[in-house]
Amino acid sequence: MGDTLLTVRGLTINIPVGGGTLHAVRGIDFDVDRGETLCIVGESGSGKSLTSLALMGLLGGRIDRRATEMQFDGIDLTRANARTMRALRGDRMSMIFQEPMTSLNPAYTIGDQLTEALLLHRDVGREAARARAVELLEKVGITAAASRLGQYPHQLSGGLRQRVMIAMALMCEPELIIADEPTTALDVTIQAQILRLLVDLGREMNMAMILITHDLGVVARVADKVAVMYAGELVETGSASEVFNAPMHPYTRGLLRCIPQPGKTERGARLGTIPGIVPSLVGGVTGCPFRTRCDQVVDACRQAIPRRNPGSGNHEFRCVHETGHRMAEESPA
Amino acid sequence: MSDVNKDAPVLELRGVTKTYSVKQGLFGAPKPLTAVNDVTLTLGRGEVLGLVGESGCGKSTLAKILLGLEAPTQGEVLVDGERIDATDRRRLARRIQPIFQDPYSSLNPRKSIEDIVSLPLLVHNVGDAASRTKAVREILDIVGLPARVMQTYPSQMSGGQRQRVAIARALIMKPEIVICDEPTSALDVSVQSQILNLLGDLRSEFGLTYLFISHDLAVIEHLATRVAVMYLGRIVEEADVAGLFDQSRHPYTQALLKSVLTPDPGMGVPDTELGMEYPNPIAPPPGCHFHPRCPAAMDRCKIIAPLPIPTPDGHVECHLFDGDGPEPVRSIS
Amino acid sequence: MADMATDPLLADITGPTPGQMLRKRIFGHQGLLIGAVVLGVLVLVAIFAPWLAPHDPYAQSLMARMQPPVFLGGSWEHPLGTDHLGRDYLSRLIYGARVSLLIGTVAALISGVIGTAMGVAAGYFGGRVDAVVTFLINVRLAMPVVLVALAVVAIMGGSLQVVIVVLGLLLWDRFAVVMRSSTLQVRGREYVAAARAVGCSTPRILMSEIMPNIVNNLIVVVTLEMAHAILLEAALSFLGLGVQPPTPSWGLMVSEGKNMMLFEPWMVMIPGVVLFVLVLAINLMGDGLRDVTAPENRS
Repeated sequence: MGDTLLTVRGLTINIPVGGGTLHAVRGIDFDVDRGETLCIVGESGSGKSLTSLALMGLLGGRIDRRATEMQFDGIDLTRANARTMRALRGDRMSMIFQEPMTSLNPAYTIGDQLTEALLLHRDVGREAARARAVELLEKVGITAAASRLGQYPHQLSGGLRQRVMIAMALMCEPELIIADEPTTALDVTIQAQILRLLVDLGREMNMAMILITHDLGVVARVADKVAVMYAGELVETGSASEVFNAPMHPYTRGLLRCIPQPGKTERGARLGTIPGIVPSLVGGVTGCPFRTRCDQVVDACRQAIPRRNPGSGNHEFRCVHETGHRMAEESPA
Repeated sequence: MSDVNKDAPVLELRGVTKTYSVKQGLFGAPKPLTAVNDVTLTLGRGEVLGLVGESGCGKSTLAKILLGLEAPTQGEVLVDGERIDATDRRRLARRIQPIFQDPYSSLNPRKSIEDIVSLPLLVHNVGDAASRTKAVREILDIVGLPARVMQTYPSQMSGGQRQRVAIARALIMKPEIVICDEPTSALDVSVQSQILNLLGDLRSEFGLTYLFISHDLAVIEHLATRVAVMYLGRIVEEADVAGLFDQSRHPYTQALLKSVLTPDPGMGVPDTELGMEYPNPIAPPPGCHFHPRCPAAMDRCKIIAPLPIPTPDGHVECHLFDGDGPEPVRSIS
Repeated sequence: MADMATDPLLADITGPTPGQMLRKRIFGHQGLLIGAVVLGVLVLVAIFAPWLAPHDPYAQSLMARMQPPVFLGGSWEHPLGTDHLGRDYLSRLIYGARVSLLIGTVAALISGVIGTAMGVAAGYFGGRVDAVVTFLINVRLAMPVVLVALAVVAIMGGSLQVVIVVLGLLLWDRFAVVMRSSTLQVRGREYVAAARAVGCSTPRILMSEIMPNIVNNLIVVVTLEMAHAILLEAALSFLGLGVQPPTPSWGLMVSEGKNMMLFEPWMVMIPGVVLFVLVLAINLMGDGLRDVTAPENRS
C-alpha cells in the first residue's frame, strides 16, 4: 500500500451532441495504489463507464478528454501517443467488459484469443503462450483447461465466458485491471463466484483493480476504496468502511436507503427514495448536480461546492453543508 | 405472515409441465427441453409469491403460462377455481396482467402514452372515448405520473417513468393477479425503490396478488410473503418468507442466500460452494438435477430424483429430508 | 426551498416527440430532400402532362422528322427535337413519365401487398407458415426476373397492363424477406406480449403493434422496388416486349432511337438521362428514408 500506481486529477470528458456539449465527466480526481481495489459506483448516466474508457484511451475520436494530470506508474497518459497506449493496453493495464457474450470474438477459438495479447506484447513462442493460457484457465477455475483452448465462445456458458475474459485480462500479469460491471449480466451465484475469484487473484498477483458498478452490495464486499459518482462528479470518496458506515453526502445516504438490506430493513416496509431523475448535462452545469433531487437543498447549492473532509483518513465529500445535512433541521439518516 | 391462505386460492397450479422441442444443428433430431417440470403451487388472495432461480430455470416460461401466452404441455392452471385453458383469453386478461422487465421494450415506441395505457379498455370495449381518457388520467395519477405525459411517447421518458406507464397499463382493468417479471432489474437503484414502494402501495390499495419473479433475493425478501425456489424447471423449495430466509432447507436455497451481497463492508465475498458445473436444461443430470453442484450430495442423489417433502409452511425436494436420511437442517454459516 | 421551477437542471420529460425528431432528421438529410424534390417534380409533370406538353405526343409529322433539340441548333417549336416519325420529343418524354411512374407505383403496390402479407405472416406465426413462405421466397429467388418476364410477355403479348401485372407478381421477394425479418424482430418485443396478455386479437396485434414498427422498412423497400420496376419496364420495352408503340415510354424511346444512335446520339441520351435521374431520385429518397426512420429509441 501507499505505492501509487495511477493518479488522476481533473479528468474531464466532453461529448459533442446535437444541441451543444454533453459535460459527461467534470473534473474528477482519484488515486489507485498498487494492489488496491477502487470501486466507482454510480447509476446510469453518471459517467462511470466513460471514465474507465478514458483511462484506457479507448474513447471515440469525437469525444474530448482532458485532465490536469493522469499518470500511470510515471507515464503521463495525457501526453501518451497511440503507440504508447497500445503498448500499455493488454500488457500493463487490461479491461474486463460487462457482456461476456459480445466481448469475445465468436470467430476465434478461446486459445487464439487468450494468447493474442501475450504474443503481441511479449517475446514468447506459441507453445509457451498456450501453456500460460492453460495455467490461467486453471487458475480461474476452468476444468479440462487444455481442451477448452480449441473451443469457441458460443460453446461456453455465460459464467465460463466471463472466467475466460478474466483469464484473458490476466495473461500479461497486468498491474491494473479495469472491470466495467463484470458481473451484472450473470446470475447471483455466479456473480459471487466471479467476484471472489477476482478478489483472490488480485491479492495473489498484487494487482490494482478499478471496478465500475451500480451494485452497492458488490462495492461494499470488494472495495478498499469507494468513489460515488453522480452526474459526472465524484460526490463522495473514502474507504469502504468510511463510505458505508458513515455516509456523508445526501446522495450516498439516499442510495443506501433505497436498497432493501436483509436484517436491517423491515420486510415490507417502505424503502427510501430519491425523487426526480438525473439532470441533463448538456450546456453549462454549475453548482451541485444533485440539487434537483436532494432533500437538503438550499440556495447555495447553485454556487461552487466546497470539498469537505469529515476528519477520518481520506474520506471526502462535496456538499455545501458541513455535515451533509441542512443546519436548521437535522433530517433522519 | 401466516394470516394468508385462509380464502380459497386465487391462483392454483397443478402439475404444470411445459416441454419444448429444441433442434440442435441443421440436421440434429429435436430434443425435448423441459422448461417447467411438474410445478404445483397455490397462491392465496393478497399474497406475494416470490419466484427465484437462475436464468434458464423456467421462471419466465411459468409466467407466460400464467398469462395464457403459452399452453402447458401437462397439468392445469386455475384462476379462482376456473381452468384457464377453458377460459376465454379476454376474460383471463381481465384477471391476470403482466409487468415486464425491460421498460424500453415493453412499450410500443410508435404509440402515445394515452394510447398505450388505454389499449386494454379499447380491446374490452369499456366506456367511450371520454371515459377512457378519464380512466387513463386517474390511473396515471395513481402510479405517480402527471396527466400531461398522456400525449408524450415512450422515447421521451426515463426508465422509471416508463415502468410506471407499464404498471398503469397492467392495472387499468383492475386485475386480481399481477405477474411481475423482474420489474426493477433494468432500473437504477434510486428508481428501483420508487417502483417497489409503488408496487407495495398498489397491492394494499387494490388487494392485488403478485407473482414476483426476481433474481434479487434482497428484493424478494423485502416484498414477498411466500417464496418458491426454482431449479431446472422444478420448485425445489417453497416456504413462507420468514421460514425461507431465516431457516432455509434446500442446499440450493442456501447457496442462493449466501450469494446475496449485502452492503456490509469488510465481510468479503462469500463462497457459494456451488462448484463449476453449470446446469444444461437440455440434458439435465439424472437423479436430483442439482446434485453436480450440491455440496451435500450423497450417492442416492445421483440416481433417484427426490420427491416433494411437505414442511410446516411449504415443501422441499431434497434427499437430506427423506425420513430415513441424516438429520436435515444445515445451518447457514 | 430554492426556486426549483426555474432550475435549468430540472426537466422531467426529456426530448422531443418521435414525430418532431423525424421531422428534424428529414429536414437535415440532403439526399432525401433532393430525391424527394426531383421525384415530386416528375410526379407533377406526369400528372399535368396534358397541360405541360407542347404537342400531342402521338401527332406525326413527316415534314419535321429528326429535328435536333435547341441546344444542337434546333428550333423552339420542338425544344427537344422530333423523332423519326416527326413526333415532338419533349411531349413524348412528358407522357413517358406517366408510364414509368404508373408502372413503378402499381407494380411496387402489387408486389408490396403480396410480399408484406407473406413476410409478416411468416415472421409472426413462424412454424409451418414460415417454412412455406421461406420455400416460396427461395423458389422465387431462383427464377431470373428478366427471363421470366420476357417469357411471359412473349406468350401473353406486351402491353402496359401485362407488364404491370407481371412485374407486380415477380418483385415481391424483397418485400417478403425484409418484412419477415422485421416482424421476427418486433414480435419478440415485450409490448407484443403485453398486447396479447391484454386480450388483443391477432389482426389487431398485427395492425396496431407490429405494422407501425415495421412500416419504415416497408417504405424503404417500396422505393427500391419502384426503381427496380421502372428499370425493368424500360428494359422490356427496349427489347420490344414491354409497352407497345405508339405509347410513349422512355424505354421504347431509347429503343426507337438506337438505330440512329451513331448519327443522332441525343435521341438515346435524352430518355436515358431522365430515366437515370428518376431512378436516382427514388433511390436517394429510399436511402434517406432508411437513415431517418431508424427507431427513435436507439440512443
